[in-house]
Amino acid sequence: MTSPTLKAAEVEFIGVSKRYGFGPIAIDKLDLTVRPGEFLTLLGPSGSGKTTALNLLAGFQMPTSGQILIDGADISALPAYKRNIGVVFQHYALFPHMTVRENVGYPLKQRRVAKDELRRRVDEALRMVAIEAFADRLPRQLSGGQQQRVAVARAFVFQPRLLLMDEPLGALDRKLRESVQLELKRIHRELGVTVVFVTHDQEEALVMSDRVAVFDAGKIQQVGTASELYDAPLTKFVAQFLGESNCWVGDVTHQSSDRSTVSGPGWTVKGTRIEQTPSSGRAAVVVRPERCSLVARGDAPAGWNEIPGLIRDIVYLGSLRKVVIDLEAGGTAVVSSRPETEFPLNRAVSVAFPISSARTLPAAE
Amino acid sequence: MSVSSGITGKQTGAVSRPFLARLDQWWLLALPVFLFLAVFFLYPTSIILLRTFTEFDAPQSGGLDNLAWFLGGEANRTILFRTILVAAVSTILTSLIAFPYAYLMTVVSARTRTVMLGAVLISMFFGILLRNFSWVVMLQYQGSLNDVLVALGLNRIRFLGTMPAVLMGMTHILFPFMLLPLYAVLRGIDRRLVLAAQSLGATPSRAFWQVYVPLSTPGFVAGSMLVFVLALGFFVTPALLGSQQQSLLSQLMFTQFDKTAAFGRAGAMALVLMIAATVFVVLGNAISRTSRAYEAS
Ligand SMILES: Nc1ncnc2c1ncn2[C@@H]1O[C@H](COP(=O)(O)OP(=O)(O)O)[C@@H](O)[C@H]1O
Ligand SMILES: [Mg+2]
Repeated sequence: MTSPTLKAAEVEFIGVSKRYGFGPIAIDKLDLTVRPGEFLTLLGPSGSGKTTALNLLAGFQMPTSGQILIDGADISALPAYKRNIGVVFQHYALFPHMTVRENVGYPLKQRRVAKDELRRRVDEALRMVAIEAFADRLPRQLSGGQQQRVAVARAFVFQPRLLLMDEPLGALDRKLRESVQLELKRIHRELGVTVVFVTHDQEEALVMSDRVAVFDAGKIQQVGTASELYDAPLTKFVAQFLGESNCWVGDVTHQSSDRSTVSGPGWTVKGTRIEQTPSSGRAAVVVRPERCSLVARGDAPAGWNEIPGLIRDIVYLGSLRKVVIDLEAGGTAVVSSRPETEFPLNRAVSVAFPISSARTLPAAE
Repeated sequence: MSVSSGITGKQTGAVSRPFLARLDQWWLLALPVFLFLAVFFLYPTSIILLRTFTEFDAPQSGGLDNLAWFLGGEANRTILFRTILVAAVSTILTSLIAFPYAYLMTVVSARTRTVMLGAVLISMFFGILLRNFSWVVMLQYQGSLNDVLVALGLNRIRFLGTMPAVLMGMTHILFPFMLLPLYAVLRGIDRRLVLAAQSLGATPSRAFWQVYVPLSTPGFVAGSMLVFVLALGFFVTPALLGSQQQSLLSQLMFTQFDKTAAFGRAGAMALVLMIAATVFVVLGNAISRTSRAYEAS
């Protein structure tokens, strides 16, 4: 076993911007480091610039400004075919006129690998993705999931130190997707390469990645592990894009070293203050539904936030239930809890949560 | 093939439907077309071919004499060979021009594409005679092409009555028949496949030749069948731009038909042309059966 750094590349985006023609900017001053051997996911809504970032890295597009380094070397001048980066495309892009074996052998043929060696390595790659039984079929004779495996095998068979995958599971049904997620994780572990993975599915990102970079409108909102992003979001966008959040936007009325108080018409909430929290003006307060409790009016524990409302809807989700509250101050809140106490619809209640569970964040653009 | 499988598919699902409904509607729609073909195409063609074996002008007297006359004559064989050669060269020339043109059509904006397609179709609307006459105007001794040669300081060349003139005219007139099927196929090729090949280590030119070109085979085959078969029977262009000394088979056929009224001999030539065309079409089909590019779509 060689050391992982030999098999895995380090990638750095330094102030990279991309504008297509005279259109709006697709990537805006991107700074991002992908560590060797890491499984990093670019997560963001459609149109946020994830594919553009991958295309810049693969060499299909040139950045408008900024630098991309692989292992410290600027790759701007390298054409795609010299970059030695494995790419799994969103729609697989298998060559329809070549068999599975020929598809997977293609990158080795380009590198003039000897015939026996080529066959051995193709067989090994096909075995790794459990597709050897279909080696002599054409792509159109395979199911979506099988095509996806072939695309993955073709991307790693030439031992690139960096693998890029653009929403590779987007076309698979839910059940298959979950098993392929685990399989891709296994392949990543076995190969030890650096993987940059793209998805718009937050659950997929959290399941698969060492770290996730959350994209919105061409900018990185936050980079971190699943728990960092979930428990300590730095922006309102991250809080709402990953999992569910209750969010109120108001004005900062008071602050101490670690707490801010934010008020709107008819409500006041105290929450944890972070570096990015504005010291005055507009700010957002976010709190996860599972950190909230439903209490009778005025029954919130001392020191908790309390916001009054009426129960509008109750949704049972297996062991949990989700209660939707119409707030008296306007808007709604969601509380998810175990069904211990019964609350009928339209009961006047309060949403209560500890100060430490709420975060005060920039109100965003 | 796809049609018949469509029928069986429908029949299995409709066991209890009345006879007329089971007799799928497309039969009714196609019936007038079949009748039309039978009356105006099948019948006269059979008559001509039949005359090959029933009508004889001395010295031919029976049996396969007409065919033997045609294939036995040195001059006739030369003309046959020339005709096939001209058809083959026209096919190659049209595909060489049509490929870059069709490729360009797949990468430009929708508006430019419409203009490019329109330019080709409009020239088709002018009719074959007018298009040939325009070549006469261009190619004659005092014509525009020679004016250009003079302006370049070269001597005038006698184009009219030569094979190159015939080939220029035929390539021009047959171009759309290559372009349209080729464009239809190129339009369907996913150009991301070429990017994928590059990411796997292929230089742009290798990616193009190993991925794009093989996938365009069905377009070339379809276009070539049309152009080659049409070129075999070309009459007006060689008659106007070529010469009697270098005539093609349709011209010879016309002479036998019109001047000599030797219908049997003309029939023999038609038969040979038909066989040549059939051989080519069968060849094209064989390629399409073996080429995997057909499985792509
Ligand atoms: N080839 C292109 N030409 C022009 N605009 C593009 C092109 N590709 C992407 N864009 C634009 O760039 C932005 C980011 O797109 P993309 O990177 O594909 O986002 P994502 O992959 O996150 O959905 C979008 O606004 C999109 O319309
Ligand atoms: Mg995308």
